[in-house]
Amino acid sequence: MDKMEQMLLWFELHSLQERYVSVLDNDRLEEWPTLFTEDCEYGVIPKENEDMGLPVGVIWCNNQRMLRDRVVSLRHANIFEAHSYRHMTSGLQITPVDADTVDMLSNYVVVQTRANGESQVYQAGRYEDRVVRTAEGWRFQKKRAIFDTSRVQTLLATPI
Amino acid sequence: MSAVPTSEGAAPAPAHKLAFFPREDGSRVPYEVFSSQEIYDLEQERIFRGPTWSFLALEAEIPKPGDYKSTFVGDTPVVVTRSEDGELAAWVNRCSHRGAMVCRNARGNASSHSCVYHQWSFDQRGNLLGVPFRRGQKHMTGMPKDFDPKCHSLRQLKVESYRGLVFATFSDEAPTLPDYLGNEMRPWVDRIFHKPVEYLGCTRQYSQSNWKLYYENVKDPYHASMLHLFHTTFNIFRVGMHARSLPDATHGLHSIITVTKNEEETSAAYKQQGIRSMDDGFRLEDESVLGHVKEYDELTTNHIQTIFPQLVIQQIHNTLVARQLLPKGPDNFELIFHFFGYTDDTPELRELRLKQANLVGPAGYISMEDTEATELVQRGTRRDPKATSVIEMARDNPGQQDSNITESLIRRFWVGYQQLMGF
Ligand code: FES
Ligand SMILES: [Fe+2]
Repeated sequence: MDKMEQMLLWFELHSLQERYVSVLDNDRLEEWPTLFTEDCEYGVIPKENEDMGLPVGVIWCNNQRMLRDRVVSLRHANIFEAHSYRHMTSGLQITPVDADTVDMLSNYVVVQTRANGESQVYQAGRYEDRVVRTAEGWRFQKKRAIFDTSRVQTLLATPI
Repeated sequence: MSAVPTSEGAAPAPAHKLAFFPREDGSRVPYEVFSSQEIYDLEQERIFRGPTWSFLALEAEIPKPGDYKSTFVGDTPVVVTRSEDGELAAWVNRCSHRGAMVCRNARGNASSHSCVYHQWSFDQRGNLLGVPFRRGQKHMTGMPKDFDPKCHSLRQLKVESYRGLVFATFSDEAPTLPDYLGNEMRPWVDRIFHKPVEYLGCTRQYSQSNWKLYYENVKDPYHASMLHLFHTTFNIFRVGMHARSLPDATHGLHSIITVTKNEEETSAAYKQQGIRSMDDGFRLEDESVLGHVKEYDELTTNHIQTIFPQLVIQQIHNTLVARQLLPKGPDNFELIFHFFGYTDDTPELRELRLKQANLVGPAGYISMEDTEATELVQRGTRRDPKATSVIEMARDNPGQQDSNITESLIRRFWVGYQQLMGF
């Protein structure tokens, strides 16, 4: 891959990341599962478990149907205080695996604003992603949000 | 009994008690127990350092000699360790020299522990091993001649394990651990811990509400189908269910709630559900999150067992969790979900347990609302310490145990709490 191709790839994947956080931060949850492949894996995992090689997370899905179920549940079943997220991401590193597969690593901070108008750093962590090229463009085959902020304040409804 | 009138003209509170429960059956709880710093401090003495056993860890978290974990009894920092001979020990994480925290890691493995401040070192049981410059150096004098290291161990707790669950107590008055668990509770602990378990990791949740509000919540089967709408929303039938709400007979502070399927009725209902699925409404696209592999005698979907003061044992479908409840001042608690499986799990069963972890914990489909509810109570009651809750459901039938439309376990809890606290 020449320099130009590398830059182009980074730019495409950065755009995917921007779209991902835009969907979550602007209450377009129904779009969220569409950024994943059907056989995807999605997890939100405490760093302390990851460091010890332990599998448990606060969310773990191993297909796209589970992501859609989560959205329907959040929209219609679960009760939680209205809130919004603002994701800040940085440090995107990409490692091509083959022509249609790339591993990605980046940092994130999520600032949450609850109904009383107070904003707080809700979660800081890193994304470890694998993306694949599909007919619709790049999609997440695997996305793991590994969070440093070991305690979840009150509850976690909206995905990270 | 001397009494002083209160300015609000409410029932007079006895002068020597911090909280006044106007009824003896636990059906009226003064809201001050959720926000008073004085009551909170007394709880640390009478409950957490009193004749109770506090859950610290699963033995599976510290399997090897030298393994340790930092945790708490109430809000006292303690470290639980396994010594070279395989025995369990626990000590207060406060250096016997000038009070620094000795152990600064959440978990690890160490043959001894030394305090960074002046390097006093302690063995795995908390006995003082060494003091730098104890005998001085050159012309500089060391510790006094009468300094006896044996008198300066870390404060040690009594530790016992029951079927792989590690508990500790500060008190010499506490009964033995099996007696403390009691005849009603032990069979249910045995049910879950009937074979070796493997620790799968933890998730942590922090709530801006009093720790006892969480205890009320896990003794409250009444809220389950009211607050948690997951099953209803997805049209998941729960017919032919048999309910149990059992208190511990000694003091009422422990309890177990179960919901069990009648297997024949359930399969009939599922056939009906197949027909009903033509209806409008939501359906789960991946129903395996509510799958259930039968592992015990009964097909119990929910086993929620509280062991006072800081453990809730949970089996929901095939997820297994030891929840540790830690008070952090009157207005906050931390809840740590220790997930586990059995060492002989098949890969399929292990995957199911991980998938069903989506049901519980901070993002749990049928649990995320609990901390929301306890915070609503905290915020609603803060300004009215003398007002009380109204805990009446099934009060006319205190002996009924085959119901989940009841608040009897909560009333029993408060009666036991009053006894321990001297209220
Ligand atoms: S405070 Fe621990 S060695 Fe001095
Ligand atoms: Fe609940």
